[in-house]
Amino acid sequence: MFGRLTRAALTAAALLASSAAPFAAGAVDLTMYYPVSVGGPLTKVIDGMVADFEKRNPDIKVNAIYAGNYDDTRVKALAALKGGQPVQLSVLFSIDAYDLIEQDAIVPFEDVATTAEDKSWLSSFYPGLMANGVINGKTWGIPFQRSTIVMYYNKTAFREAGLDPDHPPATWTDMIAAAKKLTRTDGSRWGLMIPSTGYAYWMFGALAKENGETLMSADGTRTYFDKPPVVEALQFWRDLAVRDHVMPEGTIEWGTLRQAFVEGKTAMMWHSTGNLTEVRKSAPFDVGVAMLPANRAPGSPTGGGNFYLFKKATPAERAAALKLVRFMTEPERAAEWSIATGYMGVSPAAYETPALKAYVKDFPPAAVARDQLAVSTAELATYQTGRVRKLLDDAIQSALTGAKTPAAALTEAQDQADRLLKPYR
Amino acid sequence: MIGTPSRPTRAVTGWLLVLPATVVLAAFTHLPIVTTLIASLHSRATAIRPARFVGLDNYRSLAADPVFWKVMGNTVAFAFGTVPVSIALALAMALWVNRRIAGRGLLRLAFFLPTMLPMIAAANLWLFFYTPDIGLLDQCLGLAGLSGHNWLGDPSTALPCLMAVTIWKESGFFMIFYLAALQGLSAELREAAMLEGAGPVAYFRRVLFPLLMPTTLFVSINAVLNAFKMVDPLFILTKGGPSNASNLLLYYIYENAFSFNDGATAATLTVVLLGLLAVLAISQFVLLDRRVHYR
Repeated sequence: MFGRLTRAALTAAALLASSAAPFAAGAVDLTMYYPVSVGGPLTKVIDGMVADFEKRNPDIKVNAIYAGNYDDTRVKALAALKGGQPVQLSVLFSIDAYDLIEQDAIVPFEDVATTAEDKSWLSSFYPGLMANGVINGKTWGIPFQRSTIVMYYNKTAFREAGLDPDHPPATWTDMIAAAKKLTRTDGSRWGLMIPSTGYAYWMFGALAKENGETLMSADGTRTYFDKPPVVEALQFWRDLAVRDHVMPEGTIEWGTLRQAFVEGKTAMMWHSTGNLTEVRKSAPFDVGVAMLPANRAPGSPTGGGNFYLFKKATPAERAAALKLVRFMTEPERAAEWSIATGYMGVSPAAYETPALKAYVKDFPPAAVARDQLAVSTAELATYQTGRVRKLLDDAIQSALTGAKTPAAALTEAQDQADRLLKPYR
Repeated sequence: MIGTPSRPTRAVTGWLLVLPATVVLAAFTHLPIVTTLIASLHSRATAIRPARFVGLDNYRSLAADPVFWKVMGNTVAFAFGTVPVSIALALAMALWVNRRIAGRGLLRLAFFLPTMLPMIAAANLWLFFYTPDIGLLDQCLGLAGLSGHNWLGDPSTALPCLMAVTIWKESGFFMIFYLAALQGLSAELREAAMLEGAGPVAYFRRVLFPLLMPTTLFVSINAVLNAFKMVDPLFILTKGGPSNASNLLLYYIYENAFSFNDGATAATLTVVLLGLLAVLAISQFVLLDRRVHYR
């Protein structure tokens, strides 16, 4: 009985294997790893897009492997490369570019995209989304699943507090004033929450940008943590809790913030656009979405994943990989992807497609992230990016919990980052 | 002629019998330990700058790393905070459900339930218990007229919150061992003690507890090793924060290896952890062996 079952299973496996073998001569096999770090059945969307690609390119077979979150995917792709397994391209964290260059794992797209048509494709994306992918004049990452930070607000609460729900605060001063009106003194509702676990450095990138300063140099060898505008930005974040009393003290958990907003415990929250669909579905009140308020300048860092081409590949494989990346980022596909996920359409042309135009018309908040792109900046990325990011995260958390002053925490982080980055200058 | 196999043949048979286990152990335990040791003596490898031998440099920079000492302190505090309490609770629960009381099966199940939940699922539950204002804990405090607290966002409560989850999860598991030990004890001992005029407290202190010492040894070794290997709830609850206030050794190893891409430091930390675990296990055997009464 058991033996027969095993034999049947083996036969089935053999049949499957033979049917999956390439039949066209000169066929190219591609392996691609990709992450999913927001909820929802995104793997199905990717599988569908890959199937479409294979239908149109019968001589290319794509093995798309879902590999967990961004860290998992990078580790698995690099381990596969070290183990001699073929991986020709992957979707990885946009801020991993420096590490991948240092590992000598990737090639710039300019090496492969050589025709005039390819070159015009390279310049078809929003410049804000290219900021993390272009290093030393070369394009290492092509934007795919990209997001930004927006401000969600509770329109019902706005009305209740006598605020105009159609004019969300556009400056820091306005935001504090609105938050003060929205905060209930009995502690049942806060005016504003900015999450400070998980992605504290990302939220802080927005505050620094709004105060007129970026967190690092464009070549990833210097950080600006102790510049006065950056220190002021952290002081502002801390003051929201201790001076203005519109935000709870201590750190605010990324994972439960959406729940707190939906349950009305905070009237405004800063969060990824990736949450848009989920918030829209679960909030029992009118949800507003606004660009982040400005102080000296408006702005938010971008976030998310880019396509990378790996070095270990034959010329035919590289050409096929480029074909796949071009297919996945075509305006129609980018529009489809944006509607299905909440990630941004990566090129202006994507927002000109009938599908995305109709979607934005029906649901205007979907365009807020796009409009904010014009003033967006790169997400914190340097050499040794994981360690540098952690230094900043720790500094932010010790300032927010009152363990250190913003100036002391950031100066310390800057000193340590300098030590880490000196060899790269 | 079939007789007793000669000595060399028996030796070969013996080696062949242990071969599968030896191969698996060597490939997945001993070899990785050796490569980890070697990696800890080399610098961080990148394609541009391959790893080179640096001697004890990695250990020196670890000793100079304030986060490492913070993490070590946290780990020790975590062990001291969770092990005695979960063992005491486990014993108390075992003594309770060992008696003939109504609903004993249900009670045993209830005590064991937290152990059966996967840690990640349990941590997600607790994340919502601890959430400020909307969490179960703050709602209960609200009923009592107390104001809420940012449990996981306050450096002074983040680690104790992790300890509470661990105690809740582990004591049910340890209870099973105590329960098994209690069931193995003869009822005559109790009767004899009562005849001698011993009260319940004296009986527990002079008879029951010494007889349970082998179980206590086993459980405490496991609990201490678990405390030093604790990592799962951190991914969900605090990610080691705020600012490393709840960071533990194994999570710090994970951060170094996978978030910082720094295999050398991760290997160095792993050697430190291995050394610690070995010392702990040996000293526990030696120290407790003197007071353990084996029948």
